[in-house]
Amino acid sequence: MSKYKMHLLICGGTGCKASASDAIAEKLKAELAANNLQEDVQVILTGCFGFCEKGPIVKVLPDNTFYTQVKPEDASEIVKEHVIKGRKVERLLYIDPTKKETIEDSKQMGFYRKQMRIALRNCGFINPENIDEYIARDGYQALGKVLTEYTPQETIEVIKKSGLRGRGGGGFPTGLKWEIASKNQADQKYVVCNADEGDPGAFMDRSILEGDPHSVIEAMAICGYCIGASKGLIYIRAEYPLAINRLKIAIEQAREYGLLGNDIFGTGFSFDLELRYGAGAFVCGEETALIHSMEGLRGEPSNKPPYPAQSGYMGKPTNVNNVETYANVPPIILKGADWYSSIGTEKSKGTKVFALAGKINNVGLIEVPMGITLREVIFEIGGGIKNGKKFKAVQTGGPSGGCLTESHLDTPIDFDNLVAAGSMMGSGGMIVMDEDDCMVSVAKFYLDFTVEESCGKCSPCRIGNKRLYELLDRITKGEGTMEDLERLRNLSQVIKDTSLCGLGQTSPNPVLSTLDNFYDEYVAHVEDKKCPAGQCKSLMKYVIDPEACVGCTACARNCPVNAISGERKKPHEINTAICIKCGACYEKCKFDAISIK
Amino acid sequence: MTKVKSLADLKKMKETLQSKIDLREKGDSAENLVQIKVAMATCGIASGAKNVMDFLLEELEKRGVNAVVTQTGCMGYCYAEPTIEVKLPNADPVVFGYVDTKKADEIIEKYIKNGELVDGIIPVNYESIDNK
Repeated sequence: MSKYKMHLLICGGTGCKASASDAIAEKLKAELAANNLQEDVQVILTGCFGFCEKGPIVKVLPDNTFYTQVKPEDASEIVKEHVIKGRKVERLLYIDPTKKETIEDSKQMGFYRKQMRIALRNCGFINPENIDEYIARDGYQALGKVLTEYTPQETIEVIKKSGLRGRGGGGFPTGLKWEIASKNQADQKYVVCNADEGDPGAFMDRSILEGDPHSVIEAMAICGYCIGASKGLIYIRAEYPLAINRLKIAIEQAREYGLLGNDIFGTGFSFDLELRYGAGAFVCGEETALIHSMEGLRGEPSNKPPYPAQSGYMGKPTNVNNVETYANVPPIILKGADWYSSIGTEKSKGTKVFALAGKINNVGLIEVPMGITLREVIFEIGGGIKNGKKFKAVQTGGPSGGCLTESHLDTPIDFDNLVAAGSMMGSGGMIVMDEDDCMVSVAKFYLDFTVEESCGKCSPCRIGNKRLYELLDRITKGEGTMEDLERLRNLSQVIKDTSLCGLGQTSPNPVLSTLDNFYDEYVAHVEDKKCPAGQCKSLMKYVIDPEACVGCTACARNCPVNAISGERKKPHEINTAICIKCGACYEKCKFDAISIK
Repeated sequence: MTKVKSLADLKKMKETLQSKIDLREKGDSAENLVQIKVAMATCGIASGAKNVMDFLLEELEKRGVNAVVTQTGCMGYCYAEPTIEVKLPNADPVVFGYVDTKKADEIIEKYIKNGELVDGIIPVNYESIDNK
């Protein structure tokens, strides 16, 4: 069918294009034509290979040869040696940085082995609206296995031994959680799936439910068997309509097949599921608030103990796990605890899904083994920082997490290391920031979110966070003092120590971590009244360079508040007292006469 | 629809159903089926994956290409939505990014009909647990 015998794939991602991949493609095409090979070898520009560091990349198919840092002048050698004579161009092959060996086949490269999909195993592979496809991929086999071969306690032992920890962010050992719920006696128990996912920038739970809803349903049934629950509830925010729809279809199909309902697999075990909708409140990701919300009460947390495992939904023992945690369960049952615990670090086993967002080339969803470094994730898988800017910080763990810097890039990512570095795993949102981001503004952004989302039940969170926000706001406006920085720190500590639930206990984290890691930037705002990243509007001043200004009047005509004056063909001036710093003049000036000071 | 009464039942079902998915994994030249998966998570749909899917379904039938078009979840390449994965018989799957109807048309005419690779391929950069 294919008339071409060989394909030359050239990376056409932003990074490689900047390093002349277009020119390489043209040269290769010309060289092929010169040798009358244009009918046999095809040259194709592809999407980003993600391996921008060593770009431009040329990959040869079918033999998977991977050439790195190719220059346009290499084109003729690639055609003459590789295409015509079948000899690889040694000097362009990738050299493994750790083993110092050249690697010919791209499938052997570390970068391409870095992602590993367990929770996302079916995501992007099967049709989520067809249960048959899930069954064809070993679906419901794990449920069948535990119901026919294992006792509930044996199943719990497998989960405990696997080392699986809660992926919602807390990292509590899943098997232990199940064991506690199983030991509490009651006439009715519940299995709850937390699909609230409120972290800014995180979307892995939604993607799992949209792409592979049955994996969560199956795992919840397994959990029900373990703890002795016949009912499951999925708490999902109403703003995820597609995930809700696919869950409904999946539950219906599972019922039709008898995989939910009474007497599953003829073993006498019964389990069924219902959906409960949340209004999209961040605090409802907290177990007790979530349960109150499901009961029809206000989504406010309550003191623990009692834990949900003792007294949860409707006062009955309840096990709450997050979507991603459940998605890991069926493969653990099928492949065994030893297989799972062989992946990851000593105390954090398995893989973690991250939602990569922010100033990064490959925004997307990735799943990597625990222990991978931030550098590998950001620069290798994520393809590095957009537009060739410099990396500044990475925010992990959502509003409860912190901002890490350049110096943390080589930290292996796991639950404990991230906490030790002053941030946390959280649900796996990862927002990358570049040199143009102001860290004080970033802290302010998260506090704004927290103030909005605080349920208001306890005063440290309700009032304290508001005061934190006001302090930050003052600093970004250039009205802060050095005492304010001290106040920020003290208030943060009080809020952490005295808040009722996880939301308040962690909400000052973005403030504390930016204070720790970017103190200079705070000082610049307070002492020098300057925003080093040029983001804080109140601290910026637009000025016109009289030398460069030709008096075209474009700025004056576009200024919405008439702050610019001057005669035609003569240098103009900005009245900074009126200027609202909208930047319209800056955008319109064709002569680069306007600058930000 | 039949109920799954026992684990043996489920295993039997899997055997039969697996062959359907095998088509997707290994390709089946005898039937000459082309398998196309359109990533239809929120990100994909927001970028127009639905239009692309409708276009593919309609055009493949019109042009007499024996293909199976299915929807799937997020493939992870959110920066390049809409994305589609095309699996030709006896070939590794290829993922295309930024697919609009014009691109889809090019993919049908060049890649699906003639096996000619076209610009816009996204290199697959992960392994699934099946290979482990």
